[in-house]
Amino acid sequence: MPKERKTIVVNPITRIEGHGKITVYLDDSGNVDETRFHVTQFRGFEAFCKGRDFREMPVITPRICGICPVSHHLASAKACDAILGVTITPTAHKLRELMHMGQIVQSHALSFFHLSSPDLLFGFDADPAVRHVGGVARDFPELAKRGILMRKFGQELIKTLGGKKIHPWHSIPGGVNRSIKVEERDLFLKGLPEQKEAIKDTIELIRKYLEDNGEEAKKFATLKSSYLGLVKGGKLELFDGDIRLRGPRGRITDEFPDVEYLEHIGEHVEPWSYLKFPFYRSLGFPQGSYRVGPLGRVNACDDFATPEASKELKRFRELGEDGMVHYTMYTHYARLMEVLYALERMEELLLDEDITGSDLRVSSKGLQPEGIGVIEAPRGTLIHHYQVDEVGSVKAVNLIVATGHNNYAMNKGVEMVAKEFIHGADVKEGALNRMEHVIRCYDPCLSCSTHAVGKMPLKVSIVDGDGREIREILKG
Amino acid sequence: MSKPKVATVWLEACAGCHMSFLDIDERIVDLLDKVELTSCPITDIKEIPKVTVGVISGALGNDEEVHIARDIREKCDILIAWGDCAVMGGINSMRNFMKPEEALEVGYKDTLSTVNPDGVIPGEDLPKLLPMAIPIDDEVKVDVYIPGCPPDADTILYVFQEILEGRIPTVPVDMMRYD
Repeated sequence: MPKERKTIVVNPITRIEGHGKITVYLDDSGNVDETRFHVTQFRGFEAFCKGRDFREMPVITPRICGICPVSHHLASAKACDAILGVTITPTAHKLRELMHMGQIVQSHALSFFHLSSPDLLFGFDADPAVRHVGGVARDFPELAKRGILMRKFGQELIKTLGGKKIHPWHSIPGGVNRSIKVEERDLFLKGLPEQKEAIKDTIELIRKYLEDNGEEAKKFATLKSSYLGLVKGGKLELFDGDIRLRGPRGRITDEFPDVEYLEHIGEHVEPWSYLKFPFYRSLGFPQGSYRVGPLGRVNACDDFATPEASKELKRFRELGEDGMVHYTMYTHYARLMEVLYALERMEELLLDEDITGSDLRVSSKGLQPEGIGVIEAPRGTLIHHYQVDEVGSVKAVNLIVATGHNNYAMNKGVEMVAKEFIHGADVKEGALNRMEHVIRCYDPCLSCSTHAVGKMPLKVSIVDGDGREIREILKG
Repeated sequence: MSKPKVATVWLEACAGCHMSFLDIDERIVDLLDKVELTSCPITDIKEIPKVTVGVISGALGNDEEVHIARDIREKCDILIAWGDCAVMGGINSMRNFMKPEEALEVGYKDTLSTVNPDGVIPGEDLPKLLPMAIPIDDEVKVDVYIPGCPPDADTILYVFQEILEGRIPTVPVDMMRYD
């Protein structure tokens, strides 16, 4: 006998990158019984890439996601290097990392300024007609302009190296296809100070916001979870490192080379979402769930490798307990710190003499049967794993995409907010938007996560136990 | 004269077309002065109202997407197919060489890191896949085609400017791209 329960549906969730909806199930007394965050699309990259030549993968897989195509491009290229059995040249390695820093800047800027700032600036209960980037441009023109130009700065760097801003083509198996010219390098070096200043101001802004909204910001969908991210010598690493898992109380649970991911990470399937649920195998599902992305990385690492980001991280950690910051809303702060790091790292790379080098490619002596490439995409750890036959035709593809790792946390977070803000059939717009904002905190790239990622009106439907709709609220 | 209203949706797509729209950068402020952006992935307006311009990025890959395509077609005067997926099916049509069930089996059972002892294939409360991923004009009439993966920001801006001038745009050859 199915339990009688009413449901509320939020569909689609807007201002996130992809397709999702939320269903809230109420019990007989009108309290929230369960919530589900569904990812509603499946495209099937793991299936249809079978039979392709592996050398095509760095061009095919970026089409998983137009928000962070560079992450797929690079993770894929790394997996292809492994199939070729080669180590790329220092110049190629640094150029790839440079492009990746451009990606972190543009993607994080988009997430904060274009997608999340409307909620922070106008409040969760503001009119949807103004609560978007256009409203920000109108009422906070300086902030909007800075956000737009910051994203542009990252995108221009990507275009310089890869020919276009979205789905660029720069990395190839065994290296890269172009260097950076001296005059191009100088142009970006010249533009860096303005971006650094902008991000530092924005960090102050988010600090003030979090301070002003103290308790609510701290309570908002907060989870004491484990955290996962790449580190190099304990320092936060975005491009090439070992995978570290840190427990909720700060103890390091595990740290292993990225190519051993399969021994440690599994993915669980639920019938109501096209997005799988990754977990740490030793602990099983759901106990082995963890969080990734900006908050995951800053909690997993010991420190940033660059001076200004490192200084900022100390201030950040003072806001948590015992050095761990579990507050979901503070993800925005972590994200902005990472932009500061990416700009500093960009500067180091641009000043490195290898960056304008001409030694771009290495050739291979023979193919290996498989290759694994792992990178920190803006939204978290991204894993590409290919198996090929003797001529390089792809036999199997396994992708674990950044947003997937946060799937369990997103579901838990939505449930926590729903339980607090929804009682009975009386649902205020602000409550629904808060649930959406949980999702937005994780900045999910749902196009990525289902390699796979409808818009219907936001429909709040109240359904009784017999499946009869007793009330429907449409939002325009 | 009131501002022309615009609604955009993104169906079976990677979001790259919408990102390319944002790549018009600071010119977006001026554009948002001249048009009224209604339902769109970057706003919270979820109901598509009557609009002058409807934009679809992405192919049709499941039943919900077909429903949305028909909905926006009914509500707009000019429908734009925006990007390779909407125009031709794009990368999604790579799955058309197999049945949807086969693709789901690979994704949820065969993949190396999946732990799925009960063989669960998602489908509960979820849209159903179409046999193939298809271009928009297999289901609805399209007025303007803008290919590209994604189309350049300048091309997108050009199309809007033409519409604002009261013309149905034809994308010039030098703005066409198919990568």
